[in-house]
Amino acid sequence: MAMLSLKNLWVEYGDKVVLERISLDIAEGSFVSIVGPSGAGKSSLLRVILGQERPSRGTIALDGVPLPAECGPDRGVVFQRYSVFPHLTVLGNTLLGLEFSASPFTARLFGSNRRAAMDEAEAMLASVGLGDSRHLYPAQMSGGMQQRLAIAQALIKRPRILLLDEPFGALDPGIRADMHILITRLWREHGLTIIMVTHDIKEAFSLGTRVLTLDKRRHDPHAPHRYGAGVVYDLALTRKAAAGADDTSITIDANHNNGHD
Amino acid sequence: MRWVNRTPRRGAAFLLGALPLVVLAIAYIIAAAARHSANPADKILPLPGAMAEAMALLLFQADPLSGEYLFWADTAASLWRLGVGLGIATISTLLVGLVLGTLPPVRATLGPLVTAIAVVPPIALLPILFIAFGLGETAKVALIVVGVTPFMIRDVAGHVAALPREQVVKALTLGANSWGVMLRVALPQAMPRLIQALRLSLGPAWVFLISAEAIAADVGLGYRIFLVRRYLAMDVILPYVAWIAVLAVVMDFALSRSSRRLFGWAHAGAH
Repeated sequence: MAMLSLKNLWVEYGDKVVLERISLDIAEGSFVSIVGPSGAGKSSLLRVILGQERPSRGTIALDGVPLPAECGPDRGVVFQRYSVFPHLTVLGNTLLGLEFSASPFTARLFGSNRRAAMDEAEAMLASVGLGDSRHLYPAQMSGGMQQRLAIAQALIKRPRILLLDEPFGALDPGIRADMHILITRLWREHGLTIIMVTHDIKEAFSLGTRVLTLDKRRHDPHAPHRYGAGVVYDLALTRKAAAGADDTSITIDANHNNGHD
Repeated sequence: MRWVNRTPRRGAAFLLGALPLVVLAIAYIIAAAARHSANPADKILPLPGAMAEAMALLLFQADPLSGEYLFWADTAASLWRLGVGLGIATISTLLVGLVLGTLPPVRATLGPLVTAIAVVPPIALLPILFIAFGLGETAKVALIVVGVTPFMIRDVAGHVAALPREQVVKALTLGANSWGVMLRVALPQAMPRLIQALRLSLGPAWVFLISAEAIAADVGLGYRIFLVRRYLAMDVILPYVAWIAVLAVVMDFALSRSSRRLFGWAHAGAH
């Protein structure tokens, strides 16, 4: 059964249609990459799944339960920028998720609970390679380190789905390759379900188990805003065993018209 | 080397900064000496010796009527009014500004009210305050509060509202509720801005203090300046003005230092 299912989703701003007729089923454990030209509504789709925006039509269900139109701890997110809090240290940023859930009133942890949470946070930081940086503030770190922190911060909540909005878009190519290795490893180790929006088609194919392409199917030259984008390609990538991950073969899924009906 | 590329070293910068002050002092002494050579009884530009004499009376001799050392009584009264006024302003700014900046429905409800209050010139409200609170301490403190709070609230609320939306979304995905966002995301990031708003409000706060004291008071730095004005007592007015300047600079410096110490993350490059 699909973990996340979108049924006939539309996103409209006034009379501008951004997304139309999006119907998708996303299986647990998949790594879905979303690509498409600028303005095709990739980020809008991600924001709708995240709950930051409300779709104008259609429903989204997580594990069969309709999602409220609000962000919640079941969906973690890493943005391209502003994902970490500048006023907290690396450790503080990572602890924050545990503190919010532990105490709705003070949003802090004390005593042995705090020590246990710190152990958990430090283990998470070690697994993203920030074990030695826990007392730094984000302003003292490089962009790559900040994104590692953002990932650790999101993962400590054990979200059902991790949403990545062009997470590596602002990084140098070398750092980006390191981040690809990191996210692939975390995806395997934690059994994550990831939806990633990216501009980089190579990245989309090398990381994803499924690549969705958003684009407009119809175009009215006199009123370009009247038609929204839909899923024009839906490719399932079957991989060889985990060890030989870089040798990927691409097969086009038989039901690649998934989004059209 | 081009002027835009010349950065004076610390010692040199200190000397350069002191230079205009020294020039000003020397120019004053020359002008005062010139006036005194023409008229030894001149009161407009008193010589430093005359100022020291006049101030010594206020500093070290108890006033025969009240038994108080006037300079210190004035300073204490003015600082108390300023401190209470700015304290109330800061606390209300923190409460209102935070709620206004974080919660859009509250911003929609109270934002126009704060703006409306902010555009009224506070001195125009002074008669109302005197009528409402009498001529005692309350009206003077209230003038400072009314004068600086709306500006500070707008500044802090604007800063909080301008925090990247991503931060709020991120906090919500980490399990926060509205209170949690306010407490752990907005409040800490509002604090350095609050101190900055307070620093900028020091100038207006002094203006309101001196105005209120000039109109109705029996002690205070502003009261003394306006009292001795009747006798053209520049030998008291000038040292008082200089003293106010020193107090203001010390406050500003203390606030700036404490912001850097407490919220180092907000002063990037200052680590």
